[in-house]
Amino acid sequence: MTVEAGHFALLLALAFALVQALALPVARLAARPGLAGVAPAAAAAQAVAMAVAMAALVHAFAGSDFSVRVVAENSHTAKPMLYKVAAAWGHHEGSLLLWATLLAAFGGVFALWRQGLPAATRLYTLAALGVVGVGVLAFVALASNPFDRLSPAPIEGRGLNPLLQDPGLAFHPPLLYVGSVGVSVAFALAVAALLRGNLGPGWARATRFWTLVAWIFLTVGIALGAAWAYAELGWGGWWFWDPVENSALLPWLSAAALLHALGGVERRGGAEAWAVILAILGFSFSLLGMFLVRSGVLTSVHAFAADPLRGVFILALFAAIAGGALVLFALRGGRLSRHVAFAPLSRDGARLLGTVLLIVAAGVVLFGTVYPLLAEALNLGRLSVGAPFFDATVLPLLAPVVALMAVGPLLRPGRDAARRIWPTFVAVAAVGLAAAGLSARWGGWAAAGFGLAAMLAAGCAAVLWAERRTLSRRRLGMVVAHLGLAVGLAGITGGSRLAAEGIAALPEGGALSVAGRDFVLASVIEVPGPNYLARRAEIVEAGGVVLRPEARLYETPRQATSEAAIVSSPWGDTYAVIGESDASGRWVVRMFVKPLLPWLWAGAVLMAAGGALALTARTAPSARRQP
Amino acid sequence: MTARRMILWLPLAALLLLLAVAGVRLSRPEAPLPSPLVGKPVPDFALPLLGGDGVLAAAALRGRPVVVNVFASWCVACAAEHPVWLAAAQEAEIVGIAWMDDPEKTRAWLAERGDPYRAVGVDRDSRAALDLGVTGAPETYVLAADGRIVFKFAGVVTPEIWRRRIRPLLGGGS
Repeated sequence: MTVEAGHFALLLALAFALVQALALPVARLAARPGLAGVAPAAAAAQAVAMAVAMAALVHAFAGSDFSVRVVAENSHTAKPMLYKVAAAWGHHEGSLLLWATLLAAFGGVFALWRQGLPAATRLYTLAALGVVGVGVLAFVALASNPFDRLSPAPIEGRGLNPLLQDPGLAFHPPLLYVGSVGVSVAFALAVAALLRGNLGPGWARATRFWTLVAWIFLTVGIALGAAWAYAELGWGGWWFWDPVENSALLPWLSAAALLHALGGVERRGGAEAWAVILAILGFSFSLLGMFLVRSGVLTSVHAFAADPLRGVFILALFAAIAGGALVLFALRGGRLSRHVAFAPLSRDGARLLGTVLLIVAAGVVLFGTVYPLLAEALNLGRLSVGAPFFDATVLPLLAPVVALMAVGPLLRPGRDAARRIWPTFVAVAAVGLAAAGLSARWGGWAAAGFGLAAMLAAGCAAVLWAERRTLSRRRLGMVVAHLGLAVGLAGITGGSRLAAEGIAALPEGGALSVAGRDFVLASVIEVPGPNYLARRAEIVEAGGVVLRPEARLYETPRQATSEAAIVSSPWGDTYAVIGESDASGRWVVRMFVKPLLPWLWAGAVLMAAGGALALTARTAPSARRQP
Repeated sequence: MTARRMILWLPLAALLLLLAVAGVRLSRPEAPLPSPLVGKPVPDFALPLLGGDGVLAAAALRGRPVVVNVFASWCVACAAEHPVWLAAAQEAEIVGIAWMDDPEKTRAWLAERGDPYRAVGVDRDSRAALDLGVTGAPETYVLAADGRIVFKFAGVVTPEIWRRRIRPLLGGGS
């Protein structure tokens, strides 16, 4: 019964989304403005209906109702409850339902919370959100219905990929979804501005708020995903430039660019059209990511069900939503910008340059991600674009962004004098150069990474010092987020350029030396788990750490995974993986020493915390500059 | 149209290019990947026999079509599938691989339900199962007379699947 109730709620939500999308156009055509007022109620009702639908699906998973097709295909009675629940969104249908639920939730909150926006802005925005909702819900209801029944019901489910049985993975997709769906509000606000022909009061502030919410969730989601890959995939990497990762990085980069563009729009005006196109691009990237992941056109380490027909549907959805907004932008975007002069050497100048670099970097990531498609379309054969391409193109674009982040916030808005600022610039650059010099012995990449990280940290310190009496909460949030990037960059650099690894087939009692540290394989024992059998090794460093990596054999489906053992300290990680044993009873042991890597996670936490600080800051005084 | 107005159309142009590329890719769906083992010789496994001494060796299955069924006493779905094998044993040679199972329990399970298998290999630590790429129990393979795997099926074999898809592979030459 619950399942049918969920299905009904899904169809009801589609009807509410139609009302939400059509209220404004119908009111305009019928010349009855009052009709448009039903949109907020429809948005709220859609949010409630989708919450019911999602709850019904989670209920079916929690109770292992194998008469529901997606439960039978993706769950199993032997799974711990956490992963039964997480399995509700660990597959195509459920993840789309979650996507649509979050979209409805954002719409519902936006509808009920006025945020000082004029009624017209809110109604146009709700209409745009309604159109997106209709598209996504139609896709779920027509082509990806999670409430299909099976008859007869199977006795047992077909399990979940054991690789996905990890707390990090249970939670990172929903967080990423909150982020990528959250960009939709900024998108809808941008479409509303284009339809109305001007931004209107409060637009920049509201857009910034919703973009910041989305960006915080994207930051946490991406970091958790990277942490999952690091802990679970068992080869010490945490970022693979995989299409699925890239499709989360694209909205993150464009949301970051949008936040900085909005800072200028909110305070001074100018570059309105730039902010609008960034908002459109941000959500277009989210939709594109959904297409790339869900259609299976790109092969990826993230094994999701692929279905070409669904691919056509999502592509059409993406084309209609992104294409519609971009046509609107081409026709109306030129009218939005007021000409506001600012000098190149100013906070606004640095910020604008930074947004351009960020979006160019996003463009390069997009190109690298879809290049395999292009090559195939042109019959250049099947190929994949890997880390070397992205490292060689994206990192050189992001390096000047970090340098800008170090010095830009020190500049005054509007116009600054080189005479005033050069001593500070020299000091900040000197810190960076000193760090680069000290780390040059680990190579050019390490020098660049540590140099930029130190420079950015110095720039943050300089802002804190210069504004020690006047620092607003919002500025503090900016500094904390930037500092987070500096810390994260140090972690990335240390964890990759200073890392050492060793691999050996060891008998029990055998030793392996990595980065001057000696590790001994003390023992290997068999340990039964809830739905797997583990071989657990104990690897001991004399006077140091003890690591217990496991090789697990899951029963349903039959799959072997390796559970890395990671011991973290502020100075770095020690990471061990155990593999197969050979005929003579020796075990393949792989060890990594990764200095500073935990700083990456600390940096992500700082970035999200900085975002949260800025989000909760009161920012009233800027609104009066709006027309 | 001024250069400034042209710039506003650029994002749309980029989108259209992207759509064209994605459209081309979608219009050429690949054939679904069959199991990489189908068409290949059966992996060379050798398992102790459930009945006592001797081995169930892949090499000994050559010369006639054989159905290999991976099952276990802990597998509920295998019990559901079992009557199909009891009936099929009249007209085909079926060998079992008892996967990750205690031989005592396997014997009791077969004694209770009937034994359709010509021979049963004991694969407690998945030696053969890993080579065969077994993803779960039950799983069924059809080997041709020359030792190639010609069919693989994961899940419960119904009478329908037996009649339509497996039995036709066994007829003909043998």
